[in-house]
Amino acid sequence: MTDAERLALIKDVLAGIAPEAADAEIPGDADLREVLDLDSMDFMNFVIGLHERTGVDIPEADYPLLVALDDAIAYLAAKGA
Amino acid sequence: MRDFTMPALGADMEAGLLAEWLVQPGDEVKSGDIVCVVETQKGAIEVEIFDDGVIEELVVHPGEEVPVGATLARLDGKAVGAEGAAPTPAVQKAPPPAAAEAGAPTPRTAPAPAKPAPAAAARVAVSPAARRRAAELGIDPETLEGTGIDSSVTLADVEAAARAPMAQRPSVAAEAPDQNVPRKHFDPAAMRQAIAAAMQRSKREIPHYYLGQTIDFAAATDWLAATNADKPPPERLLPAVLLLKATALALAEVPALNGHYVDGAFQPGDGIHVGWVIALRGGGLVAPAILDAAGLALPDLMAGLRDLVQRARTGGLRASELGSGTVTVTSLGERGADSVIGVIYPPQVALVGFGRIATRPWVVDGEVTARPLVGATLAADHRVCDGHLGGLLLAAIDRFLQQPEKL
Repeated sequence: MTDAERLALIKDVLAGIAPEAADAEIPGDADLREVLDLDSMDFMNFVIGLHERTGVDIPEADYPLLVALDDAIAYLAAKGA
Repeated sequence: MRDFTMPALGADMEAGLLAEWLVQPGDEVKSGDIVCVVETQKGAIEVEIFDDGVIEELVVHPGEEVPVGATLARLDGKAVGAEGAAPTPAVQKAPPPAAAEAGAPTPRTAPAPAKPAPAAAARVAVSPAARRRAAELGIDPETLEGTGIDSSVTLADVEAAARAPMAQRPSVAAEAPDQNVPRKHFDPAAMRQAIAAAMQRSKREIPHYYLGQTIDFAAATDWLAATNADKPPPERLLPAVLLLKATALALAEVPALNGHYVDGAFQPGDGIHVGWVIALRGGGLVAPAILDAAGLALPDLMAGLRDLVQRARTGGLRASELGSGTVTVTSLGERGADSVIGVIYPPQVALVGFGRIATRPWVVDGEVTARPLVGATLAADHRVCDGHLGGLLLAAIDRFLQQPEKL
């Protein structure tokens, strides 16, 4: 996957949780939980969505590495997705 | 011949708009079947029948608004008790307990004014993502009721439409395509009215008392980390599920806080059905019940909670989940405030609140140390009990959270 594909995948997963994410311009370094008002259940669904779409396991200890879009892209890239 | 009536989906509901029939005259139904969809201030609710028999006649047609208790359909059969508000387990497990008649408010006698069915908008805005997804699913997005900005149709609306029973039952849709009112999420203004009505009644009628207790959440945090470490994401547990289970178990020890206050007397709940407060995106909240929460294992409770949140946000809640709560729990989540002083949801007699779990100084064995703490609060009805009993409930919740492996 390229970074552009990773970004598209991440935004697609987010849009399934927070519909406004589909069309929103989200800064790459913005905290997704704040920008999209995600609660713990939303964030869990975000992780589940990324896991199901990429196969990456994403242990709980790695959740802090998924704070912003740029982080999440780098994380998926590092995990080979 | 018996009647299937408009159920009361919570103390604040006076009337509902029949949006869609999922059965037709001649259809055989059995207890637990979802037979229609009702639009309420809380959105589209799937209504089950608690009766076995054959549908004789559909009395109310889609688009008609009728008061609680009005006959929706007549059926012929063997059993009795077509109570829409009777609880069934949210996670299919035990057989449904007896009907929660204590929770059903007295139907208003004055019929609600009939409202015309919502007219289709002339031009519907559809977000690009929604249009793409709709094309994949073979749905015409312009027929959907939008919940986005300026009533635009969003991706979630399309997903919700794809999940709606109408889409799963093409025969019904094909035979009566024009009779069904398109299903919508909820109208924020109507939702606000529903919340206002319930909370005004609560503040007017219920002499609340409030208690708070800070609970050391370290044991629970450690246990969750260890339990989740070797599980794939879909099987992991959230702290909320421990708070929910600990509260349900504590209520079993202090049953005077679990039930309804009706006609000047406390009626104990017929089970511990925990209304779980779910904030809806765009404002408003609902508190559908997790039935028999104390008897569910943590993974089942977690699955039930996820399912409930998903359906609350997409308009797929069931009647049995909305009228049957015997207590309410609100958890503010990781980005919430430290604690919440709740307003009881009548006719219930208690609301348990949990603030954000935050690491703060705490004294353990005489030493100040950093611990994850959670502020637990109780709002309870003084007509039913006093603070001493409420304190016992919070103490029991604390005790259960110190032994998470036993939850």
